[in-house]
Amino acid sequence: MTEPVSNLQSQLDSGKFVVTGEIGPPKGVNVDKCLHEAEAYLKNSVAAVNVTDIQTAVMRTGSMAVSHLLVSKGIEPVYQMVTRDRNRLALQSDLLSAYVLGVRNVLALTGDHVAMGDHPAAKPVYDLDSVSLLAAITNLEAGRDMGLDTKGNPNQLDGAPRFFKGACVTPCAEEVEPQIIKLEKKIEAGAQFIQTQAVYDPAAFEKFMNRISHLKAPVLVGIVMLKTAGMAKYMNSSVPGVNVPDAIIKRMADAAKEDRQKVSIEICGELVAKMKHCCQGAHLMTLGWDHCVPEIVKAAGL
Amino acid sequence: MIVAELKPFDEIMAMLAGSRKVLVLGCGSCVTVCLSGGQKQAEELASLIRLRSQQTGMDITVDVDCITRQCDKEFFDNFKFDPRGYDAVVSLACGVGVGFMSREMPDLRILPGLNTTFYGANTAPGEWKEFCHGCGDCVLAWTGGICPIARCSKSLINGTCGGTNGGKCEVKPEMDCAWLLIYQRLRELGKLDEYRKIRPARDWRKDRGSGVRRLSRQELSQIDEEPRQ
Repeated sequence: MTEPVSNLQSQLDSGKFVVTGEIGPPKGVNVDKCLHEAEAYLKNSVAAVNVTDIQTAVMRTGSMAVSHLLVSKGIEPVYQMVTRDRNRLALQSDLLSAYVLGVRNVLALTGDHVAMGDHPAAKPVYDLDSVSLLAAITNLEAGRDMGLDTKGNPNQLDGAPRFFKGACVTPCAEEVEPQIIKLEKKIEAGAQFIQTQAVYDPAAFEKFMNRISHLKAPVLVGIVMLKTAGMAKYMNSSVPGVNVPDAIIKRMADAAKEDRQKVSIEICGELVAKMKHCCQGAHLMTLGWDHCVPEIVKAAGL
Repeated sequence: MIVAELKPFDEIMAMLAGSRKVLVLGCGSCVTVCLSGGQKQAEELASLIRLRSQQTGMDITVDVDCITRQCDKEFFDNFKFDPRGYDAVVSLACGVGVGFMSREMPDLRILPGLNTTFYGANTAPGEWKEFCHGCGDCVLAWTGGICPIARCSKSLINGTCGGTNGGKCEVKPEMDCAWLLIYQRLRELGKLDEYRKIRPARDWRKDRGSGVRRLSRQELSQIDEEPRQ
């Protein structure tokens, strides 16, 4: 086994149950709030912090810049990278740039379509997809880029990066086999860890984990913090592959407004506790409630 | 076929500002079949232009013609009205017809009456769907005849993304998830191994990546009496 390139990799290698968090850069240049929350609440409770890349196709400050700012504060980022907005020239260049700025974990994603965001008239790129992006990263690590020199040989890099490469999967998609086959391809292309779409159904997740037991990459189960019962219903109707069971919706609905956050923390903690036996970590997407992460970790008994 | 739809009428009228004598020219091929630019639609558009002209005092004279294919010089002999006698020709051909007529008759003002939308087929009464993107590098052999370039909103080549939603694409509720269809078809055909193969990044030069595409066939150009540009 090669030397880990990041704390996230070394913790997962050690077999420890790992928690990651997530921040979304702001729409604008006031990054202090998200940096403060990462420093105050995430730094000491998670192994690494994902930084979303123009999440849901809503224009905002970029993931590379904020990932670098996290590095400068001693917080390890997971640099999320989507193929929606940049072609292979820009993606490869950004990978090299991120590396020289101290970024070591990369999560390769296709990215929500521009139609889902606030610039629906933009031209979607998708030069690469998540599988070919992972292959491109693996290629850069071998000291090559995707281009060819005049003799038809791969271009050689003057210094190759090394990343801990991640990918995503939707465990509770209605048709799970095409998701699993694509996950196999991502791992074949170089993915070393998996962070999942939000899961609220431990039984369905365990079934999924059994189906991918042949895959050796560690899996961090994704959980999005519920803020209201309405949000849970919205996710059920509008977010593909997410199914919040009625019992959980009811708990949120029954909670008094001032107790919702507490109930949400309990729900997250219980979900992690119920699923931790069959996966290697949890990815907590708190959507601004970053201060809840230490309590979720506690509630999960970690 | 090439599928097209009529431009908004006000946009057509704005193009005709200042024109006194207008020919509305239908095309007898694809756009006739998709009921957007044939003889009948040309007559309907001409009537609307005449009516608007009367209502607004624009004083436009409108004639109607239709040839078999506006993208083929051979049929230019079949004009009933000589297009050279008009201030403007509203072509109801696809963009190929408009562009080719403009090239062959550079003195004329050929205006597009249609928006050319896609390569598609009639899938239900009043419904046409896109089937091909003209990417220049056909993948249908390993996708069960369902094109991911034309029919996946992200043109993905390695399988479903996270936006597949109950068999539909999250981009539009009426749009099927092409990769789910491909998966199901390949499974039925016993060819899921085709799905399992990693498909490398595409060479977009065959699409539009290296500019205007041109097909050149040596064996045919040699027998051409008048070599074309």
